[in-house]
Amino acid sequence: MDQIILQILNGLDKGSAYALIALGLTLIFGTLGVVNFAHGALFMLGAFCTVTLSRILGLSKEVIDETRTDFLGNPLKVDVPYIYDWFGESAGAAIIDWAVPLSILFSIPIMIAIGVAMERGLIKHFYKRPHADQILVTFGLAIVLQEIIKYYFGANQIPAPAPDAFIGSFDFGAAIGMDPGAIIYPYWRIVYFFFAMILIAAVFAFLQFTTFGMVVRAGMADRETVGLLGINIDRRFTIMFGIAAAVAGLAGVMYTPIVSPNYHMGMDFLVISFVVVVVGGMGSLPGAVLAGFVLGILESFASMREVIEFLPGINQVVIYLAAIIILLTRPRGLLGRKGVMED
Amino acid sequence: MLGLEKKDFNLLLIVAALVVLAPVLLNPFPEGSAMAQFNAGYPDLMQRFVIFGIFAIGFNILFGLTGYLSFGHAAFLGVGSYAGMWMLKLLSINVIPAIIFSMLIAGLVSLAIGYISLRRSGIYFSILTLAFAQMAFSLAASVLTPITGGETGLQTNLNDPRILPGFLGGGSSADGNIPKPSLFGIEMTATYEISVGNWLWTLNWGYAICAVVMLIAFYISIRIFRSPFGLMLRAIKSNQHRLSYTGLNTRPYMLACFVISGMYAGLAGGLMAAMDPQVGAERMQWTASGEVVLMTILGGVGTLIGPVLGAGLIKYFENIFSKINKATLEMWFSFAPDWLEGILVSIVYPFIGKGWHLTLGLMFMAVIIFLPGGLVEGGKRIGDWVRGKRGKAANDGAEVKTPAE
Repeated sequence: MDQIILQILNGLDKGSAYALIALGLTLIFGTLGVVNFAHGALFMLGAFCTVTLSRILGLSKEVIDETRTDFLGNPLKVDVPYIYDWFGESAGAAIIDWAVPLSILFSIPIMIAIGVAMERGLIKHFYKRPHADQILVTFGLAIVLQEIIKYYFGANQIPAPAPDAFIGSFDFGAAIGMDPGAIIYPYWRIVYFFFAMILIAAVFAFLQFTTFGMVVRAGMADRETVGLLGINIDRRFTIMFGIAAAVAGLAGVMYTPIVSPNYHMGMDFLVISFVVVVVGGMGSLPGAVLAGFVLGILESFASMREVIEFLPGINQVVIYLAAIIILLTRPRGLLGRKGVMED
Repeated sequence: MLGLEKKDFNLLLIVAALVVLAPVLLNPFPEGSAMAQFNAGYPDLMQRFVIFGIFAIGFNILFGLTGYLSFGHAAFLGVGSYAGMWMLKLLSINVIPAIIFSMLIAGLVSLAIGYISLRRSGIYFSILTLAFAQMAFSLAASVLTPITGGETGLQTNLNDPRILPGFLGGGSSADGNIPKPSLFGIEMTATYEISVGNWLWTLNWGYAICAVVMLIAFYISIRIFRSPFGLMLRAIKSNQHRLSYTGLNTRPYMLACFVISGMYAGLAGGLMAAMDPQVGAERMQWTASGEVVLMTILGGVGTLIGPVLGAGLIKYFENIFSKINKATLEMWFSFAPDWLEGILVSIVYPFIGKGWHLTLGLMFMAVIIFLPGGLVEGGKRIGDWVRGKRGKAANDGAEVKTPAE
């Protein structure tokens, strides 16, 4: 029993990341009809927004501390971040400690700007070209983005720890009346799950309850008619591209304490998130979210020792296997709409 | 000649000449000169050129003719490598059975994967092949370790059985060293150096064999492109539905095409194992599949020679361009005043050396955006422009060469 709950919990945080990336991919596909292979790179850029912010916050000057001496007896030089000067030492330290959550605010405008620039600068010219060309050009863009990051940040993983308050684990077993220590779960993963849920809810609410979202949904259903009604649908779709980029970026920002970012983390997630989108059904937003969580939980169940002993290697391939089975038996995916990308 | 039209035969002759003269052509700079690091005429790299050429030719048969974009082709290359490796271990150190078996096994695997993947087309086909390839990669790196050697990979060993008789390359070697892959006693690494003046040219048996195989592969690909079968594949690309309405079942054609393409990849994998007897799973990773896509597109998808050019270009970049370092750059720009030199070096530096992938990505994007027909179309446009027939002729040329849709 505790094993099952533990695996579901493990699946939830991975599933949240899959769901967020797949949600962004589907937003782009559903609105613009573009298969965006650079979406993993956007996730990676989001993660590096965190790295950048924590570096900016950490910018410091050398101050000679008269009260202490180093081992040679000279006055000790201490690095004091500039932020201490502005906000005082305790507040400054807290800000640096909370760099990851603060990056959310920092990354939203950046990611929206990147997304809009990408759409206006490049993707716009590819609407009329075949899907294969769209895949290829965004694949090229992904390589370029990741190499730029590699040039500036190096090839190594850069840790970005969670705030001190969230370090450590939550004793989930004790909370639901089981033996203490039976199910231990890191705090940050709980935070990630709730963050993902809030973000997903926000995107859905935005599409469902605002006029802007209504127009976008209408455009997704029939772009031409909405255009004929005198609405500048292209501009709204551009903004949706920016929002999708921001969703991917935020998924990356919050993922940094779980996996330290490196320049190819996007590519690692990209393949799986495409599988997620296809399993959920091309162009279906609820499908993408559902498939993200289903596949995440499936993956963590497949990594249980009992399952691996029974079917060795299943944990490595279960996602792809599920995708193949679903694609062959339910060509539209779990919640796919009729008439979207049916060959 | 050889059942080819004159134009195609000339193309084959040109490719043959390039391949034969490669050891000379790729070493244009005298040994010991400052530019010698741009010489690409060493056996290891030349073998890579032709092996990846074969891989890209095979990929182009699938993508160029039918427009089905497979993102999992490296899996067949890897399967071919493993199969070839096992033949070198079990049968004999002779490369011929290894190459034949690697083609057969890759053909069988591609038959199975193709049978399933080809039920869908478009983006779904790409994702299905990608999923299969990632499965193959993950399994090869983990559970299939007894067969694939897992993360350490697979090598030839001293005490491999090699059951074929000695004159076919079986048995163990006389001198107690691990035997090297050979062709009836001629080792693949056997190399002769010819020096003419300051130039040093390297002739290598492994390269010779790869080159012969590649020419045969190229010839077969020309025959496929010009055959009724090839025409059928092009018809599938331009409108598969319409073809079905005429009462034709396109599946067998697609499957045959996919298997042929997979066998080309297997052949390339087998040759790789024969040239350098060690195989690792990373050969099957999806980035490797992406690489062959890059090669084909850069060179010119759907053209005969394009994939070979693309493969050569990317491998040249990977091995030579990536070696340029800051010191070399400073030497190049030493004519400029110091402040200008600093600026120039800092502008160019991100694009060379370890950053060659950036250049590759930018080049790739530029080709997709401006030159959908790749280098071949570029060459054609320049040719037309030189002949002063820009305008109508160039437009017609571009129409004909519009790549995969």
